[in-house]
Order: sequence, then C-alpha cells, then structure tokens
Amino acid sequence: MAVIGGQLKPDLPAKFAGDSNMPGQINVEELEKSLLKPRTIFNQLLIVFVTVLTLTALVPLFSVLWMLLWKGGHNLSLAVFTQLPPSPMEEGGGFGNAILGTFVIVSIASMISIPIGVLTACFLSQSETGSGLASTVRFAAKVLTGFPSILAGVFAYGALVLTMGGYSAIAGGVALSILMLPTIVLTSEEAIRMVPKKMKEAAIGMGATDTQLMWMVLLPTAIPGIMTGVMLALARAAGETAPLLFTALFSNYWLGSSGHIDLRQPTASLAVLIYNFAGAPFDNQTSMAWTAALILVVMVLISNLIGQLFSRRQIN
Amino acid sequence: MDNNIAQPPTRLQQTYDVIFRGVCRSSAVLTALLVAFIVIKITVAAMPAMRQYGVNFVTTTTWDPLTRNFGILPEIWGTLFTSFLALIVGTFFGVAAAIFLSEGLLGQFIFAVLKAVKMETNPFLSQLPDRLEGIIKNLIELLAAIPSVVYGLWGIFILIPMIRPACNWLCAKLGWVVFFGTPLSGPGVLPAVIVLSIMILPTITAISRDALVAVPPKLRMAAYGMGATRWETILAVILPVATRGIAGAVILAFGRALGETMALAMLVGNANKISLSLFSPANTLASLLANNFPEAGPQEVSVLMYASLVLLAITLVVNIIGAWMLQKAVGVGGGR
Repeated sequence: MAVIGGQLKPDLPAKFAGDSNMPGQINVEELEKSLLKPRTIFNQLLIVFVTVLTLTALVPLFSVLWMLLWKGGHNLSLAVFTQLPPSPMEEGGGFGNAILGTFVIVSIASMISIPIGVLTACFLSQSETGSGLASTVRFAAKVLTGFPSILAGVFAYGALVLTMGGYSAIAGGVALSILMLPTIVLTSEEAIRMVPKKMKEAAIGMGATDTQLMWMVLLPTAIPGIMTGVMLALARAAGETAPLLFTALFSNYWLGSSGHIDLRQPTASLAVLIYNFAGAPFDNQTSMAWTAALILVVMVLISNLIGQLFSRRQIN
Repeated sequence: MDNNIAQPPTRLQQTYDVIFRGVCRSSAVLTALLVAFIVIKITVAAMPAMRQYGVNFVTTTTWDPLTRNFGILPEIWGTLFTSFLALIVGTFFGVAAAIFLSEGLLGQFIFAVLKAVKMETNPFLSQLPDRLEGIIKNLIELLAAIPSVVYGLWGIFILIPMIRPACNWLCAKLGWVVFFGTPLSGPGVLPAVIVLSIMILPTITAISRDALVAVPPKLRMAAYGMGATRWETILAVILPVATRGIAGAVILAFGRALGETMALAMLVGNANKISLSLFSPANTLASLLANNFPEAGPQEVSVLMYASLVLLAITLVVNIIGAWMLQKAVGVGGGR
C-alpha cells in the first residue's frame, strides 16, 4: 500500500504529512496490509485450500476416464459391435445386441417424450403468469426432475410389464421417457421464452394465430435450445440402468432374431450389460463390461457435446 | 394483386389453431396427470402388502421371502445413512468448488502470473483465465454426465481395492471407534458414500455457484471497502447471503442421493444390517428394489411396491422442500 501513500502524500498540505495522529486524518501506515499478518496468511491459506479441494473433486473424473481407456480400450475391436455377449467360460464375443437395444429403447423413449414434452412447453410458454394449470404442470415437471430413476422402472413394471405379461423394450422405453420428459419440458419452455418479444409481437401484428406464431416464429427460433434439452435428456436416458433392470430386462440374443422385430421381447441394453457383467466372476465378462462402459460413456459424451454445440448456436 | 401479406386468419387456420391449442393443453395436462398416475399406480399395487404388514413393515428388520416376513428398517437406515454421509462430503467439496468458480480465483491467479511475465496483452494468453475457468466448470458438470453404472464399475474394480488396506488398518488400530468397527471385506458403506458424493457434487456446485453469483455486487464492494480480505468477505458476507440457495442445493442433492440406485446396488453390499460402521455392508431402499424386482413373484411384488412407496414418500418430501427453498432464495435475491 506504499503506492497509495506515495500518491496521497504530495497532495496533502505539508503540515499533515508527518503528523498522522491528527483527528480526521487517515494513518496510511495503519492501512498497510502486511503479508505476515495472521488474517492475510489465513486468506492465502484458504485460497490454496479451496483450490486443492476443487482439483481433488476432479480426480475421480480423470480416474474414471483413464481406467475406461486403459481397461476398456485394449478390448476394442470390430467384433465388439457385431457379436453376441460371451457366455461365462467363452473367449471373445461382443455386445452388438446391447448397442442396438440401447438405441431401440432410447428411440421409443424419445418418440414418447419429445412430442409430449415440446407440446407441453408450448402450452407453458404461452400461458399467463398467474395460470393455475401452468404452475401445476411446471411443479409436476420439477417433481419429476428429482424423481428417483428406479421408481420410473417400478411404475413401468406395474403399468406395463404386469399388464402386457412380460418384459419388453416398450416397457423400458416408457420408463426412460418418464425420466426424459421433465428435462425436455423445462429446457424447451426456457428456449421458447428466450425468443425476443419483438418477433412475437411482429407476428401477432401481422394477424398470425397462436398456432402460426408457434410453428413459424417461436419453434424455429427456439429449436437450438430445444435440441440442447433433447440431447441432454437422451444422454441421461442412455446411461440409465435402474429403470431397465426389470422392464426391458436383458437378452443374450439379437432383437428380432426370431425372424421379425418384436418390441414385446426382453431387450438387451449397454447399461444392464455393464451391471450384469460387473458382478460376474469371469475375466472375459468383466473386461467386456469395461469395454461396454467405454462405449456407453463415449455415446453419452457425444450427445452431451452435440447438446452444448446447439446451446452455443442459440447464444450467437 | 394484393401485396399485403398481413391478413386475418382464414376459417381453416382458426380451426387448426383451436385444435393445436387443445393438443398443447392436453399434453400439459398429461404431464401433470403422469405424476398423480405414478403415485396412484404404486399405491394401489402396494395396497395388499400395506393391509397385511401395516406399520410393522417399516419398523422390523427381517427380509425373508420364505417365511413371508418383510421389514425394511435396515434399508431405510442404510438409505438415510449413506445419503447423509455423502451429503457431508459432497457439500464440503461442492461448495468449495462453487466458491472457486464464482470468485474467479483461478482467473486472477493466472492473470497475475501473466502480468509477472508481461504477457497479459497477448491476444491468446489474455483469454486463458476465462477459458480455463470455463473448462473446470465443464469438467465438474461432466462428473454428472457419467452414467451411475460406470461409477459402480469403477467403484468395484478401482476404488474398493484402493481404499481397502487403509480401511482395514483403521479398523485394526482404531477398532474401538464405532465408525471403524468392522473390516472392509469388499463392498460396504464407505465406497458407496464416496461414489455417491462424487455423483451429487455437480448438483451442489452448479446450484451453489448460481446462488453465489447472484449475491448483489454492492455487498461485496462494501466489504472490500471496509478493508476485509477476500476470505473475510466470503465467509462473513457472501456465504451468509447465499445460504438459502446453498441449502436448497444441498437438499436437492440429498433427494438425488436418496434415489440413486445403481452405484449403491453395486457397492453397498446388500446386507440387511443396521450398523454405524463405515466399512460394514448395508442396504438401501433403491438397491433392494433393483435386486429383488427381477425375480419377484406376484406376492412379493406388492411388498416391493410398498417399499417403493416409502422411497417415493421420502424423496418427494425432500425434493419439495428443496424446490421451495430455492424459490424462496430467488425471491430474496430479487428483493435486494
């Protein structure tokens, strides 16, 4: 703080310069911050402490990613994508059916949740602020965000597996769609609301109906934001295991190996394969689990990345 | 020819409008009804078990499908115990990361370094502080993107072998402390808690960071003006103002921890025990469901539905409190 002293002193009348004990005058010496005072040392220590904690929090991330590459990478080959899961003592094998199954189940979930979610968001974004129905719906969506994923599975089990008489890809898709829905609703509503008011007013001024306004102005403008939400929801759904355990179950065979594609059959998915093989005592199966985990994480990260690209386009 | 593109909607367009608005409205109603439908569906399915076991279900400790004795007290205990411990660890690291990210500590440090080497006006390097901070923020969010089953796999093969010697040493030397009472023989509470806290950390960091950033700048300026150091400002001014937002974050993270299934099903050991020991295996409601549903007979399904209902009730209460607190926090921030 000697700098401040240096700047101040020339401006002060000479009689004050040496006598800082006069009432009303600032003692510049007292204001100086010594690096050795306990409070400054404490300050520096806490900064280091917080930095260390933050970096420690990132250690597991790097450990997980490194281990996935290390343990999952060496097993990576084309066969992994084209072959069926190995039985306990078998060598080699792959999990092509699980990759396909994951895509099928997630597609079913998207076909249910995207239309309902975006339409709900249309309704929410057009509703007045005091609307009772809109706030109920918004509350419901928020409750669903914190909904334990396994309960979505329990619900689909009760509503579909028991009534349809068996485990199926459809039940798995429905369970995942419950988890995707709130993300899509909330992000889409946000995206539609972000559309500049001028554009909306211009359309209304031209005599557009609400529907025309929505389809020709709001949705096309908001599409990057909506896609961000959809991609994030997809990424989450692809990695979910708990709701699939007892809805889609698992299968060691290709979907539709009986000649035609039947969505009412138990279906394999990457996440459940990892869970099953992680607990297996056979080396080939555990290393298969690591490879499957690598592929699942790559899929999830790619959809996250696409979502982020969309959100960047929205800002520009 | 009419050059005016502005025109009143035709009858057809008006009909479309009515239909489309109806469709939107019904999807919205559907979303709201979905929650109610889920609750009703699970409650109805749990009815037979509720009638048969009543309150004893949540107060007894045996789970034996053969003798038809069902009690979920150990699972309730395990759920709350693991979530609570994970919350302590997660909050500690999560709030620290939120402070780190919201105070620009890294950016200022790098800027100071750049200035020391007189490179701060270099067009590439001058963006470095912001970039690095953005990268760290994204990395922490990435923690949330990794599927829980992958964390489970990592926990089984990496984490447990790594912490086991230390845990067993602690048990041998400090076995009289109730938390270290048993050796870690494989899966147990501690690995589950570690993984769980990693999984809830991004939630805590993201929401707390928002709360910290929302603190009005004049409060910070006032504190600096009084001569407070950065940390005196953070501890005495910023954190107290952001308390409600942080508390909301913590409660939402608690809700998430309670409902987390896969990592726990793989790491907690699935043993029906009530124990304070960090190294003993335990069980949680969610992993009980995950383990028993696939092989459940018709009678057991109702019992499991009852357990789901208990889990649903606990998480709903926690989530609603969390959402309510966050809403209040927003109100406070806007008011000042």
